[in-house]
Amino acid sequence: MNKILARTQLSDDVYMMRLDAPYIARERLPGQFVILQLDNEFGERIPLTIADADPVEGSITIIFQAVGKTTHILADKQVGDSVQSVLGPLGQPTHIEKFGTVVCVGGGIGVAPLHPIVKGMKAAGNRIIVIVGARTKGLVILEEQMRALADEFIICTDDGSLGRKALVTEPLKEVCGRIPKPDMVVAIGPPIMMKFCAEATRPFGVHTMVSLNTIMIDGTGMCGGCRVTVGGQTKFVCVDGPEFDGHQVDFDNMMQRLKAYRKHEDHAHKQCHLNAEIRSKESITP
Amino acid sequence: MSHSSPETLALEARQELEGLLKRTTPLTPKERIAITAQEMPTQDPAVRRRNVQEVALGYTPEQARLESMRCLQCRNAPCVQGCPVRIDIPGFLKAAADGDFQGACSIIKKNSLLPAVCGRVCPQETQCQEHCTVGKALKSVDKAVSIGRVERFVADLERESGSAVAPTIKPATGKKVAVIGTGPASITVAADVRREGHQVVMFEAFHKPGGVLVYGIPEFRLPKAIVQKEIDALTGMGVELKTNFVIGRTRKLKALIEEDGFDAVFIGTGAGLPKFMNIEGENLVGVFSANEYLTRANLMKAYDFERADTPISRPGRVAVLGGGNVAMDAARTAVRLGAEEVHIIYRRTEVEMPARIEELAHAKEEGVIFHLLENAKRLIGDKDGCVTALECLRYELGEPDASGRRRPVEVKGSEFIREIDAVIVAIGNDSNPLIPRTTDGLQTTKWGNIIVDETGKTSIDRVYAGGDIVLGAATVILAMGEGRRAAASINERLK
Repeated sequence: MNKILARTQLSDDVYMMRLDAPYIARERLPGQFVILQLDNEFGERIPLTIADADPVEGSITIIFQAVGKTTHILADKQVGDSVQSVLGPLGQPTHIEKFGTVVCVGGGIGVAPLHPIVKGMKAAGNRIIVIVGARTKGLVILEEQMRALADEFIICTDDGSLGRKALVTEPLKEVCGRIPKPDMVVAIGPPIMMKFCAEATRPFGVHTMVSLNTIMIDGTGMCGGCRVTVGGQTKFVCVDGPEFDGHQVDFDNMMQRLKAYRKHEDHAHKQCHLNAEIRSKESITP
Repeated sequence: MSHSSPETLALEARQELEGLLKRTTPLTPKERIAITAQEMPTQDPAVRRRNVQEVALGYTPEQARLESMRCLQCRNAPCVQGCPVRIDIPGFLKAAADGDFQGACSIIKKNSLLPAVCGRVCPQETQCQEHCTVGKALKSVDKAVSIGRVERFVADLERESGSAVAPTIKPATGKKVAVIGTGPASITVAADVRREGHQVVMFEAFHKPGGVLVYGIPEFRLPKAIVQKEIDALTGMGVELKTNFVIGRTRKLKALIEEDGFDAVFIGTGAGLPKFMNIEGENLVGVFSANEYLTRANLMKAYDFERADTPISRPGRVAVLGGGNVAMDAARTAVRLGAEEVHIIYRRTEVEMPARIEELAHAKEEGVIFHLLENAKRLIGDKDGCVTALECLRYELGEPDASGRRRPVEVKGSEFIREIDAVIVAIGNDSNPLIPRTTDGLQTTKWGNIIVDETGKTSIDRVYAGGDIVLGAATVILAMGEGRRAAASINERLK
């Protein structure tokens, strides 16, 4: 059982929570994630990035978007409530060293896993260019925190409601075209965004690291549900990743695999809203 | 195979036993051999195809006694030689034949900690029963005394009647042992080490303990309540259990010894790394490792469509690649989830199949279709990346290989297409690399199995290992035997 110590709503459907998890807080490094389960009997296990950790308090911070049944129920939980299972930290930590200039691109909720990496890269002495993108202003998260860490900060939205009206690939290409070109790109966000970021940097030959978020059950290499094709070889995101060379990842295959249970997920999600409606009606009528 | 109703089997056994008990002279070996071999009562195949309840219902007391009476009490006990943990088989069968079921169970428990589990999942036909004189006399291992079924009966009876005596625990020694994993090897170590008065903490990565007994073996073959009872027995003995705790990540193995004050560590993390065929199309949507498929169905209860959040694919036509128990479990799970056709594809013949005879028979009764001497060459998908067909090759058997089984040789140019909607790959597991990768100095073989000496000790002082992480994917009973050995070494070391 892991107690919820703090809860903040960051945008329309994005939430930040601090969970009591002393062991994970102590061991966790940037790039790692947890698997969380709300009900040990019938609940599903979902991977979530660790956005931050406080080893002294013994807490970790998670940031998640309420997109499906489990994340919706989680979003409704309050300070003092508990989560039944949190397992971690899982995955290989980010390889952090002084590369020189590092471009960190975060799309939507992807800014959450990017944040600790930016912190780490900055601490290692890199010059940091941050590019943050979202569909619209209301979906931008951690803007201030990212701005504070960046040597250069670019923000863009699809609809132009905040910053440049552009996709993140546009400024990314510009930055890659500078002389000297950046030494490294880290891109985290929706699969389609990471795919196009990798395509954008490929002609410039800038190493581009992406962090994949696939379907998982155990998170320890046992089930193989998370497998992706990287450089023609099968890799497990949970133990070999979650970070890979974006120029080697078969994103199309990964996106198809992510959709494997879409019908079921949509149904569960709808059902969850219906139940919530029923519950709220029940609570009104005595 | 025709299905006999449990009622018929029970009635026939009662009548036969009554007849035998009226006798005043002891049975001759010939008469013992003439006793009807007792069939295991099972759920009707047509019914069980649609439920997840246990298939084999277990003997009646009369059946257990009759089956035990078939034992010739051979002086050289060849059956014991076939048992990896050397259970006194003639001894417990004698007690069971006399109706002393509690006594029989106590005899088994001297050597085996998990009789209710092993009675269900041991491959008896290649262990104790393979060597049975009765089977030899009747020229079929199928006619051997059903040692495993009697074992199961006495263990179930003990559990259900609550007559199990809690083991005595020696006074606290102040020593502390960490057990990593909660499968059969670890359960054995935890019990044996705790009995000596040492404090024991078990670490489990999943949210529930039991390891492969819980995530891998389906409910219809091993009810989870039985595994839970074994775990309850451990916690009842004072063993502490930490779930959602993955050693190597949540805490490094060496930190357990260097910082947390553990005097010894046992690694029983099993063979949890699914093998794939490494053929084209294996990452298409609709292709699963058996581990994934079974974990969804078992541990995550995806068969309970109404209540479980974890989804599971429910395709019409399923192909399972492989011929072991896991392949049978996956195929029979697919049947229960409503598949219209389930195909097992195996590149050798039935004789070479590693699955237990009983599982094979049950799978056939449930309508699983077997394609022998056939293997997948590549997987074919549609424009959305979903698997739609297998390209298969026919095989024939050649010379025996290192394992003594005849080597399957592909028939050149025999490619053909088999249309399917999902593929489950059940060709085995390698050792999970998580602990070796995160523990400096822990030596492994080139296959990733942890290397241990004859006492079960690894290359690191105070660290022991056993079960599938050492053996490669093997059996519950072997894992238990390994656990016994390591526990004895740990107890010796902590003296």
